[in-house]
Amino acid sequence: MTMNAQIDIETIEKIGEDHSSEKSNYLASGEQYLTFVLGRESYGINILSVKEISGWVDATVIPNSPDYVKGVVNLRGTIVPIIDLRICFKLGDPTYLPTTVVIILSGKTSTGDKIVGFVVDAVSDVIDVKDDDIRLAPAFDGTVPSDYIYGLVNANKNVVTVLDVSHLLSMND
Amino acid sequence: MSIDLEQFHQVFFEESLENLDVVEQALVELDIDAPVDPEVINSIFRAAHSIKGGSGTFGFIEVTEFTHIMETLLDEVRDGDRALTKELVDALLKSCDCLRIWFDSLQAKQAVDIEISKPLVAIYQAMLNAGTAPQPETIDTHKVSPSVAVTPPEAILCTWLIEFSPQPNILLSGNEPLRLFRQLEQMGTLKSTATISAIPEFDLLTVDECYLSWQLELTSTHTKDDIAEVFEWVIDECQLTIIKKQKEENNSEHRENSNTAPATIEVVKKAAVADLADSKSTVVDETKSMPSAATTSATSSIRVGIDKVDNLINLVGELVITQSMLSELGSNFDMSKIDRLSNGLDQLLQNTKELQENVMRIRMLPISFAFNRFPRMIRDLSVKIGKKVDLKIYGENTELDKTVMEKIGDPLVHLVRNAIDHGIESVEDRKSAGKSEVGTITLDAYHRGGNIVIEITDDGKGIDAEVIAKKAVEKGVIADASGMTESQIYELIFEPGFSTAATVSDISGRGVGMDVVRRNIKALGGRIDIESEKGKGSVFRVHLPLTLAILDGQLIRVGKEVYIIPLITIVESLQIKPELVNSVSGNMTVYRLRDDNVPIIPIYREFGIKPDSTKLEDTLLVVVEGDGCKVGLLVDDLLAQQQVVIKSLETNYKRVDGVSGATILGDGSVAMILDVPGLIAMATRRLQVEDQSAA
Repeated sequence: MTMNAQIDIETIEKIGEDHSSEKSNYLASGEQYLTFVLGRESYGINILSVKEISGWVDATVIPNSPDYVKGVVNLRGTIVPIIDLRICFKLGDPTYLPTTVVIILSGKTSTGDKIVGFVVDAVSDVIDVKDDDIRLAPAFDGTVPSDYIYGLVNANKNVVTVLDVSHLLSMND
Repeated sequence: MSIDLEQFHQVFFEESLENLDVVEQALVELDIDAPVDPEVINSIFRAAHSIKGGSGTFGFIEVTEFTHIMETLLDEVRDGDRALTKELVDALLKSCDCLRIWFDSLQAKQAVDIEISKPLVAIYQAMLNAGTAPQPETIDTHKVSPSVAVTPPEAILCTWLIEFSPQPNILLSGNEPLRLFRQLEQMGTLKSTATISAIPEFDLLTVDECYLSWQLELTSTHTKDDIAEVFEWVIDECQLTIIKKQKEENNSEHRENSNTAPATIEVVKKAAVADLADSKSTVVDETKSMPSAATTSATSSIRVGIDKVDNLINLVGELVITQSMLSELGSNFDMSKIDRLSNGLDQLLQNTKELQENVMRIRMLPISFAFNRFPRMIRDLSVKIGKKVDLKIYGENTELDKTVMEKIGDPLVHLVRNAIDHGIESVEDRKSAGKSEVGTITLDAYHRGGNIVIEITDDGKGIDAEVIAKKAVEKGVIADASGMTESQIYELIFEPGFSTAATVSDISGRGVGMDVVRRNIKALGGRIDIESEKGKGSVFRVHLPLTLAILDGQLIRVGKEVYIIPLITIVESLQIKPELVNSVSGNMTVYRLRDDNVPIIPIYREFGIKPDSTKLEDTLLVVVEGDGCKVGLLVDDLLAQQQVVIKSLETNYKRVDGVSGATILGDGSVAMILDVPGLIAMATRRLQVEDQSAA
């Protein structure tokens, strides 16, 4: 990844410092983000919208749905659609292994509260990020539609693409 | 601290609409010729008063002003000053309609259309003026219509004699007479006299009891109602008399120095009090205080009887016991306990079933909610078309799911309208047929099996099968009526574009009604049938499922997927005989089912999934009916029949064509419930697209 090379050491150190100092007083700090892996890239979402993380189970196919909608599953009595972000964002290989993970997000959308599950390759970490540290994503040609991108944030050696939860949830509308 | 009143708006609207229903029902029940039952008038008055009070609180000025006029008139009726005429009842009924429209607009946060009320206000004003004008202003006039003071410009300064004798315990309820008097003082000039004759010996006195009673003289422009309102909170704990003082004295006794109640006490002999009470006067007897308005919300909440809740708690208790028994059994299980295990599981099954039934019952409302609108409707209609109709309602306590109730209302209205318009004959016809001139329409509701049946019966002329058949051929609904049974012919009246009414009236006769009725009932998973005897009358029977939350389903399999077909739509299931499959009219596959040719819709094609086999002879055909046409669905296998709980796909996803919802099967997996009419529409669209691409 070429972008990693551009991160200067100071920033990394600063993040490290922030990380340790915020542990004692994390409420006063920015937000926490759950990072996960799609293909070879890191993505993040606001942890407050994560309802739960579960393993991949076979979903019931919804007739005539787009290929990235894997179907619906039963989440303790609620019918939850499952979307494969790898297919949706054209990243990596959509394989379904025992380690494949579904992140269930919940939140408000224009059409009401929704719960939707997203298939990702793996969940990696929880990071503390200040709002100021999230930068605008450069508008180059990525396969992820820019609507879904909230911004970029540097975390250690990685650059994490922070995704916009409300856009993800209203993907099917 | 400010309270956001808007949070109470919904409750106010619900309550007010309910109050309007009360007014309307009471008005319809009223027999103008018979002496008026004061209780009925009171209930109308109370309902109107609640609406006025509420709208005042929330600042819906238009509603307040309008209901105030209504209330004024009603008050006169209540006091016996005004006869309840037919005009008044009609105007009041129309006012209910007007208020309903207003509440709808207010709910939608729109301004109310003041124009609707203007003609009514004019009628009321005319009545009020007519009522007050002839009353001579002599000294004998004790009864003065409160209408005089309705509108501020017309308000007259007059003196009210108020006798207020609270019960000794009034102070215990936190009501301080002094405060009431202060409030009165603000309304005008107040002079007060206290009676202390009831005060016991000093050693018997208790600190928190009130032995005083008062005579108050209030000179004010306010009405009796306004004064009574001051005492509203203490009305149950006192004896209150409000009398209007004679006019002449009114002017002479215009005193400046007013006394605030117990500050100065002027002893008056009891005799004087008795004199006052004896004088002919209008006495406001408000010992019956307003009952707290009942609240059933139509939209967001339902009122549940406490017995139902208690029942649930009992059942949950039993469930917990069963659970603990089973878990104890499971903790050290060996094969010798297998009997106990199966007993326990049986019990669990029983508990779950009962719990399910009881939870469902919470959503149930008595069908009177749907029936209540009919007395008014029949009253209006019978006047309009000059037929005499009597309505009888039975089984109004039969319970029905709230959602079903909301959706069945309009179809029932259509059916009842039809019964009046087509069923019941005119007075002359009835007489010549040797029937009583008053026709009868009977509404009945009862449970049968897992269904609820609603019957609309009329004793009118019945349905003439011959006329229907002739008409149907004329209209091109059918080609030939020969060989059709009577019930088949009756069914024709539900066909689109069919109407036998000679002239199109605004009651019925446009030929859209019955078509819509049947469609709505079908959409609820119900059906309608007709029984009729010429000259004797007809019965329309609507069969409805008790609830929409659960349906009886047939599980089917296509490839790896399991789907559920609502059992009610299935006509039959059969194994395909290849010789009965025909290709007709350009590549449409149909199956010869006795006389019918049913189009075959392969589910695998509509849903784009991989079946076990695409060969017709390896598959099964489930013949289903939806939207009036029969189709055969190709499935790989028929599985079990079971009750399924309907879950929405739309909550977290979106509407899917051909699927009405999803459910969770016994193994925890999700299965889609097929929407038969939707599937048929999908297949039709596909055929059209294929036609176009071929052309």
